[in-house]
Amino acid sequence: MSERVAVRKTYKLFIGGKFPRSESGRSYLVQDSNVSLASRKDARDAVVAARAAVKGWAGATAYNRGQILYRVAEMLEGRREQFVALGVPGDEVDAAVDRWVWYAGWADKLPQVYGGANPVAGPYFNLSAPEPTGVVAVVAPESPALLGLVSVIAPAIVTGNTVVVAASPSAPLAAVTLAEVLATSDLPGGVVNLLTGRITETAPTLAAHLDVNAIDLAGVADPELATDLEARAAENLKRVLRPTPADHDWTGDPGLGRMTALLETKTVWHPKGV
Amino acid sequence: MTATTTSARSDLSELGRSETALRTFLHGLPGVDQVGAEQRAAQLGTRSIKTTAKAQAIDLAIRMVDLTTLEGADTPGKVRALAAKALRPDPADPTCPHVGAVCVYPAMVPHVAEVLRGSAVHLASVATAFPSGQAPLDVKLADTRAAVAAGADEIDMVINRGAFLAGRYQEVYDEIVATKEACGDAHLKVILETGELATYDNVRRASWLAMLAGGDFIKTSTGKVPVAATLPVTLVMLEAVRDFRAATGRQVGVKPAGGIKNTKDAIKYLVMVNETVGGDWLDPDWFRFGASSLLNDLLMQRTKLTTGTYSGPDYFTLD
Repeated sequence: MSERVAVRKTYKLFIGGKFPRSESGRSYLVQDSNVSLASRKDARDAVVAARAAVKGWAGATAYNRGQILYRVAEMLEGRREQFVALGVPGDEVDAAVDRWVWYAGWADKLPQVYGGANPVAGPYFNLSAPEPTGVVAVVAPESPALLGLVSVIAPAIVTGNTVVVAASPSAPLAAVTLAEVLATSDLPGGVVNLLTGRITETAPTLAAHLDVNAIDLAGVADPELATDLEARAAENLKRVLRPTPADHDWTGDPGLGRMTALLETKTVWHPKGV
Repeated sequence: MTATTTSARSDLSELGRSETALRTFLHGLPGVDQVGAEQRAAQLGTRSIKTTAKAQAIDLAIRMVDLTTLEGADTPGKVRALAAKALRPDPADPTCPHVGAVCVYPAMVPHVAEVLRGSAVHLASVATAFPSGQAPLDVKLADTRAAVAAGADEIDMVINRGAFLAGRYQEVYDEIVATKEACGDAHLKVILETGELATYDNVRRASWLAMLAGGDFIKTSTGKVPVAATLPVTLVMLEAVRDFRAATGRQVGVKPAGGIKNTKDAIKYLVMVNETVGGDWLDPDWFRFGASSLLNDLLMQRTKLTTGTYSGPDYFTLD
């Protein structure tokens, strides 16, 4: 029998639940694999897909979102060996699965912790409930490749936001593999969109885009770029998560900050009857 | 295509006098090469239009939009808002051109006319028992007269598809002639409803029939059936108006309607117009888009070109 020819994989973008190549046709080499080099237009398409997914995802019950995120953790666990083969340490994969499960549990609990009844001086029920901000652009941390990515995606989507993630340019393989996990986990298309390539190319487009509601700068190491992105984001008053020194330790207790930063509070006054 | 060689100019005006002559002529039109038409349309759709050419195309497309609302839920307030948008599509940018026309149901015409009075935006109204066209002729004509009397200067009529598909071409022809007469000075657009005509050959025949009967425009669809305007169908219609002008010297406009939702699609149509019939038709007087959501996408793309940042639907009106 002749020796079989290996099938080489091209790592593509993840937009609207599909894996298209960059519309620019460009790619770059990472660990001997071709990875798509996303352009401004890919970023624009990703935002369109993310916007289209907001209604269904934010409208799903918290319980349902939690179940889907648990499912993601299950699938992630099943792909453990694949991540290890890409160079992600085994204990990092385990930590990423645990992190994902931890966030999944918050789906139907955060509104209870973060919202509630307010005491008011009048015959009203006054209730505050957190609601998702909408479309969130995320610049993923350079490392750790998988745990860092999971730690920025999960807190954004668990509350009902949809995200466009600019993956770490040096570690896109783990990111695209995570996208494959998401694509097979009942997560509706467009809730997570992933762009691989240069941060300097995609992030400014996302920061300036008027249909993006918030931007998380976790992975922006260059302070000048961070300032520039913040200035662009100011155009339509996006919520901005600045990179903080604490971001350098992704293994510690993540806290609620990343979830609550991407929420809007809706307060309802309801007359109490006579 | 060589329709010109088969019939001399003088013969064409006589065709409407007999069913047999009409049928002989329409069935004598050469058949459409389906694969060829679809391939040609797909090929023209791959042209890349960028920067300044794109800016020009977007402004032209905005001027060609027939801003349409044909819902049972239309209210006077809603159509007035739509008419205001037609006059000034992007309130933030005074250099943005106005659209070609507003297209509404006859009952809404007076409300739109109030807003558009004195402007260069045309007022189109659908008539003749839109969208099915299944009503007695005198009802259809009364519908048309009422719309014109209320202030519409363009009438979008539907052809009688039942009669056309049954082969009663004379009946379809006479209805168009009668509607044209009822229109008076108003322009008549003839809706072929290509989604119900089944074949490209039928589209070509219906196009010729509508032009022979005196239509000023031929329009693809009502937007009320699943299959609306497509590139190949529009290609066949563009070829028909080109050949009709060559045969008779009269120029007829084309209006694809329904299903054209974004700038990219609109530009594909403009490329096809330029390549099929040439620059003479690249004008709001001769080519229109029947659309509602298309305008917002054109405006967003226009904003992107002028400001450099991608805009979002939050910044434009919903209708």
